[in-house]
Formats: sequence, structure tokens, C-alpha cells
Amino acid sequence: MATKTISPTRMELTRLKARLKTARRGHKLLKDKRDELMRQFLEIVRGCRELREHVEAGLSSANQALAAASSVMGGADVKQALLFPMRTVQTDMSVRNIMSVNVPIYDFKTEKTDALYPYGFAQTSGELDAAMDKLSDVFSDLLQLAQTEKTVQLLASEIEKTRRRVNALEYVMIPEMETSIKYITQKLEENDRSTKVRLMKVKEMVLENK
Amino acid sequence: MYKIGVIGSSDTVLGFRALGLNTFAADTEDEARRTLREITAEGGGYAIIYIEEHLHTALAKDIAEFADKITPAIIAVPGRGGSTGKSLRSLEDAVLRAVGSNIF
Repeated sequence: MATKTISPTRMELTRLKARLKTARRGHKLLKDKRDELMRQFLEIVRGCRELREHVEAGLSSANQALAAASSVMGGADVKQALLFPMRTVQTDMSVRNIMSVNVPIYDFKTEKTDALYPYGFAQTSGELDAAMDKLSDVFSDLLQLAQTEKTVQLLASEIEKTRRRVNALEYVMIPEMETSIKYITQKLEENDRSTKVRLMKVKEMVLENK
Repeated sequence: MYKIGVIGSSDTVLGFRALGLNTFAADTEDEARRTLREITAEGGGYAIIYIEEHLHTALAKDIAEFADKITPAIIAVPGRGGSTGKSLRSLEDAVLRAVGSNIF
């Protein structure tokens, strides 16, 4: 226990009181930060869940369409048709600051041509076109999903950290300092009383000897 | 400008390749790990890496390294075999970690 090592002096008492004040203020601030982070987090996470379900449904239907195309055209031909993409996709990233947590915002761009189908229509079937359409439909949601899921991850770890700090202050640091302060005040009062008693005793003895 | 990568079995990445993403076929766990290391190395320039669900599970430790960094975002996507529901569960885990209880 920290109280054992503390010297019961007035200077130590002033120091501890100042520290307690800082700790209380820090605790209040961190608590506010945690609450606000939590509010933002819950807002984002609700949307994220829906988005995730939406994307998974979209991808599975695209995959089914691709499987249908494979069965019509044969797997090797599908591979051959898709092997050389007509365009490249890149993304711009800007940073948004949520309560001092930096989260990414993506903005994707397709380069070269906007042509989606990297193949001629002669050797391919309509099923493949349908599969590509579905895939490109779901793609912007997929990007949105990356953004929200990353945000959720970053916020979750920040909330965890903040909550740990709040709890450490609330349940360890602050009570510890309070007991130390109490210990010092009591010790000082005790010293005062013993000095007073000694003085009274001395005075009595001096008077008797006269 | 940042690049977008996809790691998955060769069947899964096929469609994404046609969309214009940078795809990396990886049929085994080791292959996927090596690819991930390569493209996340310094100056890789990837902002988002989509990775097939079963590989995402297998590489959980490697992926955890990037959890606190802003790039790259490593996101699990269902493969050709369909969704396993694992990603939704990991979302719930994140909520559980942050909030302390499951609110869904």
C-alpha cells in the first residue's frame, strides 16, 4: 500500500492534493471522451452490420452468376475472358478525425477506360455479363464496407484504451490518493495534539517548580 | 493514390481481377501469408486489402498487427463457397470489446 511509504509532511499533503485535483479532472475528461466515442461507435456499428449483410448477399449472388457463366462457357474460357482487365481501380484516402482517432475515408477512381467487360461478346455468354454487372454493383458497397469496418476497428481499440484509463483512475489512483491524504491529515493532527499535550505538561512542571 | 488488393483462392479473385483490382491468388495459408507480407511491406501503397474469409481466419495473428494502423484496412470477404458468418461475428466481437456487452 502506498500509504506506508509516504512521509506525513505538510509539503507532501499539498502535493498530493494538487495531484488528486488533476486526477479528478483527467477522470472527468476521459469519461466524457469515452461516452462520446461510444455514441459515435454505436452509430457507425449499426450501419456497418447492415452493410456487411448487404455486401455478403451481393457477393454471393455475383459468385452464383459467375458459376452459372462457368457452366455455360466452361471454366477455362471464363478465366481466359477475365484474365486481362480493361481498367485499374485506385482509391484516394482522406482522413477524418473522430475524437482524436484518425479514420480513413476512401474515394475510388477507375482509370483508363470505363469499359467494364474485358472481353469480346462473340465467345462469351450473357451469364458472364450478368456476373460482371452484379460484381461491379456490389463494389462501391464493398469499398464503403472497408471504410466502416476499419473505422469500427480503430474506434473499438480506442474505446477499450480509454475505458481502461477511466477505470484505472476511478478505482485505483483516486482512492489511493484519498487514503494517503487521509493518512497524512490524521498523522499531522496527531502530531499537533501530542505537541499541545507536551507543552501543557511542561508548563505544569515549570509552575510547580516555582 | 492507393491501391486495392484482393487475396484469395484463384476462383474467388477472378471476378475482382476483371473489376480492375490488384489480385493475388493464394490457395494455401503460407502463400497468403507471404503475399500479405509482401504487399504490406514499406511502400506497398495498399489502402485496402480484401482477403477471403478462411484465409482471414488463418492469418488472424498477422492481420492483428494492422488493427491500430490507418492503412491498410484488411477486410474479410466471403469466398466462392459463400459466407460463413464469421465476419459478422468478428464485428460483434469488436462491439463486445468496446461496449462490454453484445447489443445486437
